[in-house]
Amino acid sequence: MTDTVLSVRNLTTSFRSAAGPLTAVNDVSFDVRQGEVMGLVGESGSGKSVTLRSIMRLLPRGAQIGGTVTWAGQDLLKLSDAGIRAVRGGQISMIFQEPMTALNPVLPIRIQITENLRAHTDLDANGRAARARELLDIVGIPDAARRLDEFPHQFSGGMRQRAMIAIALASNPRLLLADEPTTALDVTIQDQILNLILDLRDEFGMSVVFVTHDLGVVAATCDRMAVMYAGRIVETGTVADVFARPNHAYTRGLLGSVPQAGAERSMLLSIEGTPPGLAAIPPGCAFNPRCTFAGDTCRTTRPELTSLGPDRSVACHHNDAVVQAGSPVA
Amino acid sequence: MSVLVRLRPATRLPRPLIAGGAIIGACLILAIFPQLFAPYDPLKMDYVALNQAPSWAHPFGTDNFGRDVLSRIIFAYRIDMQIAIFATVFAFTFGTLLGALVGYAGGRIEALFGRVVDAIITFPFLVLVIAIVSVLGPGLVNMYIAVSVVGWVFYARITAAEIKVQKRLDYADAGRAMGYTHFRIIFRHLLPNAITPAVVYWMTDMALAILLGSSLGYLGLGAQPPAAEWGVQIADGKNFMTTAWWSSVFPGFAIVTTGLGFSLLGDGLAEVLRTRK
Amino acid sequence: MTDIILSAQNVSKEFLFPHSILARIRGEPPRAVHALNGVSLDIAKGETLGIVGESGCGKSTLARCLVRLHETDGGRIMFEGADVSHLQGPARRTFNRRVQMIFQDPYSSLNPRMTVRQILSEALRVHRMRPAAQIDARIAELLDLVRLSPDAANRYPHEFSGGQRQRIGIARALSVEPEVLVADELVSALDVSVQAQVVNLLLELQDRLHLTVVFVAHDLRLVRHISHRVAVMYLGTVVENGPTAEIFAHPNHPYTNALLRAAPEVNPTRRTRTVAARGELPSPINLPSGCLFHTRCPHAMDRCRTEVPVLRAFGKNHVAACHLDTFDPTVTKDTK
Repeated sequence: MTDTVLSVRNLTTSFRSAAGPLTAVNDVSFDVRQGEVMGLVGESGSGKSVTLRSIMRLLPRGAQIGGTVTWAGQDLLKLSDAGIRAVRGGQISMIFQEPMTALNPVLPIRIQITENLRAHTDLDANGRAARARELLDIVGIPDAARRLDEFPHQFSGGMRQRAMIAIALASNPRLLLADEPTTALDVTIQDQILNLILDLRDEFGMSVVFVTHDLGVVAATCDRMAVMYAGRIVETGTVADVFARPNHAYTRGLLGSVPQAGAERSMLLSIEGTPPGLAAIPPGCAFNPRCTFAGDTCRTTRPELTSLGPDRSVACHHNDAVVQAGSPVA
Repeated sequence: MSVLVRLRPATRLPRPLIAGGAIIGACLILAIFPQLFAPYDPLKMDYVALNQAPSWAHPFGTDNFGRDVLSRIIFAYRIDMQIAIFATVFAFTFGTLLGALVGYAGGRIEALFGRVVDAIITFPFLVLVIAIVSVLGPGLVNMYIAVSVVGWVFYARITAAEIKVQKRLDYADAGRAMGYTHFRIIFRHLLPNAITPAVVYWMTDMALAILLGSSLGYLGLGAQPPAAEWGVQIADGKNFMTTAWWSSVFPGFAIVTTGLGFSLLGDGLAEVLRTRK
Repeated sequence: MTDIILSAQNVSKEFLFPHSILARIRGEPPRAVHALNGVSLDIAKGETLGIVGESGCGKSTLARCLVRLHETDGGRIMFEGADVSHLQGPARRTFNRRVQMIFQDPYSSLNPRMTVRQILSEALRVHRMRPAAQIDARIAELLDLVRLSPDAANRYPHEFSGGQRQRIGIARALSVEPEVLVADELVSALDVSVQAQVVNLLLELQDRLHLTVVFVAHDLRLVRHISHRVAVMYLGTVVENGPTAEIFAHPNHPYTNALLRAAPEVNPTRRTRTVAARGELPSPINLPSGCLFHTRCPHAMDRCRTEVPVLRAFGKNHVAACHLDTFDPTVTKDTK
């Protein structure tokens, strides 16, 4: 049996607002295993990024985080500030969507990498310099020795993302949290970065949590996935199984929304309406106003996430009907 | 419930706007109907009651000619509110329109405009105004002219900069793609979105204009004695500061409260006019 | 023969950097971004032409040139056989009525101080589309056309979601009853589920109103889904142009092939672990010599580094700019 490295249980994150607390992440539980890529999929406002940031406690002051996040036998949510700092950027690293804002614009890449090496390794100055060069080589930045002394703005978008991954790798992390790392990139560059992340996973045995809105990216990279809607997980399973037999109407709609080969100039399976705002999440199943399968129960009773077998669960009252309707993915 | 929560901020007026509006509203009423509020004729001298301290008969005391300080302050609203408006309205109108055109045109026209603005701004504002008034001769109308000749550049610069920002947004291009004329795009689309900073600055500028008007009145270049004007009043009272502080201090309060009113109004308007995204 | 309604003929466009006085004294030529380098393509009446490429390929610049939002530096824009590149005044406005544009950003493309009614009635009035008495009825009709409720008319843009705003943008473009619609990244700012709604709407409207559509996007899946024909752009040139099915089944340009292979498919069973294209886009300030793609092309030969390939026929209505007649599409990386 593969071993679980990160275990998130009943994670609930809320923010204070003028209109009362807004719950961005609601009762989210999932596991990440050794060496796997776990996809968190959802649209804007689904809570996928907040989930990731809650794990690292990288949230603005005033955010309330509940539940447990178990990592190496300890609950990250209960660690002291010094304790979480040692984990952050050490055993667990994070990469972001917009590398330009995540990198420090006034420091050359060399300093940003060695800084991380100093914080999380025992290397001396020479060792850090050598390791920094090695890391740029690993992430595929050509002419590493010269580029180390350049500033982030001298890098292209793809190169910046590589540099950010190099910084993240500096501490030999066992878990990489990736928040839409390829959304801002062009498709050929996205392809390069996705392959790089998978290569690194294979080489170093890292686990990866990959947050994205793009089902194509999930299909290309992830082993298991969890679909989020309005702050909750609505469906989990292996990628192959979820794509082949979606059990939740939202997952099915999302799959159908992506245009595919062989269906040129036909109507897409669209989902009416828009994702709800945090302040106005509908009662019952949050998806019911947009759902073609919805019945009276859906409008009043929230479906619990129930297990359908190992690694497979769904929160839908009508999952049988959804399965009957079939997967829109060929 | 959620609808209420969403609507409230939009329908409730910001507090600075209410406070500023109340102060300026009161100032305007005093300016239009001073005779309803002033207990005495502001010009009537009373040689038996010179430099009298505040009392029930003269709440703010009397000045060195025995004139009632309160009545003079009230009548001065007429002149000082006029100064606030007329010293700025032409600069605001002309500067905003020119700024809109220049910001939209861009290129060489804007570069040339930049040089003109730099040239005017290099001179200290007050010195320039005093120089112009000295040439034209003292008096309110000449002061309006002098302030307007210099003042428009600030509005033009603010508006040109904001128009340049707005011009880059897609709705400006959408207007062009719709086949609208430049005139329509500038005045119907861009200017309403770009005017807020100029309006806010206008409010501050009116407060500054009162101060300037009072300064010039004090120097004898603005309103002329015996007219009731706060600056003139302060100048008249300055020689008696140690013995009759009230004839200078109370007009000073009037200047401060009116200035505060305009500033609050500016803050409030900024909030109301802010573009919602 | 199909009727060509709109075409670009050898269009070029540069964006100059500010030319400093020092550089002028030194006699240095002004530096420029070469956004379009001789683009030629035809758009037939009633078809949807997809223009696809990565950022910096010039697709948005081309779209703006087509609707005359940018002046072209060279070449011509032809509309119904007449050169429209230098139209001014009323003639230009008439052209713009017939060739409309929809913008990418749902947040900045609508004037935030105008209600939907004001936005639509302005368009109707300026172009005298309807007598004053019928304007309200027409607005209701337009809102219905883009599936917005009639009470939307009295609301401001900030009260709508991104998808709804794009519908308002479409209604504004349709209000003047254009023949050609140029859509620049129409749905790329929207959530996936909302994208599908807007795409469906566009497909339906096109059939109903017999529109010609130029659909500019970076998302290959979307372009493939919508377009009859696809033009692939790279560094300001069209590298391949042909019927959608053919382009996707047999790409004749290595760049098209790389794009196809890089786009992740929504099918986990068809996973690959080979990188589709190496390297990055060269700087559009200093363009490579010869074929612009040779710096990243796995099939590049000496000829590619010196000789610029021209568009040549690879089938009926199918052209590509490559010196090779065939190449192995599975080879995506140099075997070093």
